[in-house]
Amino acid sequence: MNLAQGVQVVSLGLLSLMVLGAALGVVLANNIVYSAFLLGGVFISISGLYILLNAGFVATAQILIYVGAVNVLILFAIMLVNKREDFAPISSAWIRKGVTGLVCIGLFALLSTMVLTTPWLIASIPASGEQATLLIGEHLFSDFLLPFELASVLLLIALIGAIILARRELIVNEPASGVDAGLMLPERPREGVAVGSDP
Amino acid sequence: MSKSRHLLSGTDKMNSGINLQGSFIDFFQGLGLPYGTVKLLWLPLPMLLLLLGATVGVLVVVWLERKISAAAQQRIGPEYAGPLGVLQPVADGLKLLVKEDIIPANSDPVLFTLGPMIVVIPVFLSYLIVPFGQNLVLTNIGTGVFLWIALSSVAPIGLLMSGYSSNNKYSLLGGLRAAAQSLSYEVPLALAVLAVVMMSNSLSTIDIIEQQSGYGIFGWNIWRQPVGFLIFWIAALAECERLPFDLPEAEEELVAGYQTEYAGMKFALFYLGSYVNLVLSALLVAVLYLGGWDFPIPIDPILQLLGIDSNVPWVQLITASLGITMTLLKAYFLVFLAILIRWTVPRVRIDQLLDLGWKFLLPIALVNLLLTAGLKLAFPVAFGG
Repeated sequence: MNLAQGVQVVSLGLLSLMVLGAALGVVLANNIVYSAFLLGGVFISISGLYILLNAGFVATAQILIYVGAVNVLILFAIMLVNKREDFAPISSAWIRKGVTGLVCIGLFALLSTMVLTTPWLIASIPASGEQATLLIGEHLFSDFLLPFELASVLLLIALIGAIILARRELIVNEPASGVDAGLMLPERPREGVAVGSDP
Repeated sequence: MSKSRHLLSGTDKMNSGINLQGSFIDFFQGLGLPYGTVKLLWLPLPMLLLLLGATVGVLVVVWLERKISAAAQQRIGPEYAGPLGVLQPVADGLKLLVKEDIIPANSDPVLFTLGPMIVVIPVFLSYLIVPFGQNLVLTNIGTGVFLWIALSSVAPIGLLMSGYSSNNKYSLLGGLRAAAQSLSYEVPLALAVLAVVMMSNSLSTIDIIEQQSGYGIFGWNIWRQPVGFLIFWIAALAECERLPFDLPEAEEELVAGYQTEYAGMKFALFYLGSYVNLVLSALLVAVLYLGGWDFPIPIDPILQLLGIDSNVPWVQLITASLGITMTLLKAYFLVFLAILIRWTVPRVRIDQLLDLGWKFLLPIALVNLLLTAGLKLAFPVAFGG
């Protein structure tokens, strides 16, 4: 085993440990902010695994999309809400825990049988390496065009939905009154939002 | 810096440039060491050199910032620490180094310590792709500028982390603003880069510069991408949180934003990170739009005219140092512009900032991309077919 192989084996072990540890942390951490930060750790470790698989473009895209966009948005949502609330103890919580455990064990069994039964033959086509970016682009615009476009339509729907949820009603004809008229934003106060009240 | 250029195609460029790595390995193999060991010895050298270079670059920028700010306000600026005050940044650094490291009560000590690190590490990692010459780059990876965009999108997590863990409303607001800002300006930035990438058919920084070389100053991307250049520069300033976009640390509103509770070395990390990021952005503007290491007058025809072979060692040495000088000159000219802008332009409001990003820069960047694609189809000679 030469230097490069040794580095690969050690990195693989470390990255797998990081993925597993961080993923367990996401589930088990009591503070939801910790879970969100650990989720970022999971994504970064997975991107490291992609690098080990010689998939540089996928690794970079993983960081850009999952860490830079998805995880930041999750954190944003958590911090904007930032409602610290202790969980109220639920009576007969063991039923829920048992059902959750059963479902999780079932999923795990399903996945492990899938992993064990799939023939993991390595393709005889040589790895594309640096040309991977080109190949991914060609696939996205030929045989994977429909899923690609569908995904973009889905994102558009999400975008429009978010805009509609966040849109404010502007006051058109009502002149603003009072001393702070110039400082006020011409919008109607939203109902159902308790500003400044105790939680 | 190494010559670890993984060539996609076996062009004759393979031999150009000085092969420092090759000579190093040959020298130590001559002493009887096995190849693997020599390679292991070589690996950290270019990385350390670049790390050192980036840090020294920050010292220069801090001095420039102080001197130019002083000149803009008709003051003298630092004067006593060394000639013309050049040692002032070192004194600043020493002061921050020996300051007491305070972790505020009721804060989250783990996240409080992790935050600055997560902000600084991606910025230094991005130096991986900055080329200073044909072979003077740490690694010429295929995903080049895309890697930079991805890495710069990690920093908001660190900002959010330090803002949240400080247990201070100004810090939290500053962190949220920083994240919102870099999320919104990432999009026009990436679209502006995409237009350049489309013209050079490659994400690699080396290929992008090679596409601009050959015609001297007239080959540079700034003439073909003037709008893209402006978008990129504005977005880069916003990503670096430079004035007019320094809302995350707007001192009149938020004390110092996410840095409010930081002192000593942790504050120094933020400080270092922001200036390293500024130099990095300036370097990338130079790479993407100003021809990188290219001299304004094409050198190869002159050499041919004088009858000098460009593969002679001393010519190689001169062209390599000229390349490094040109890259740094261009980058520091842009840093100078950024400092001038800081003392010329007032700060925008947060709603103006987001409006500018989403309603102005984004549509313009999209139109620029579309135009570039159209021009590429219409004039493949000039716009890289």
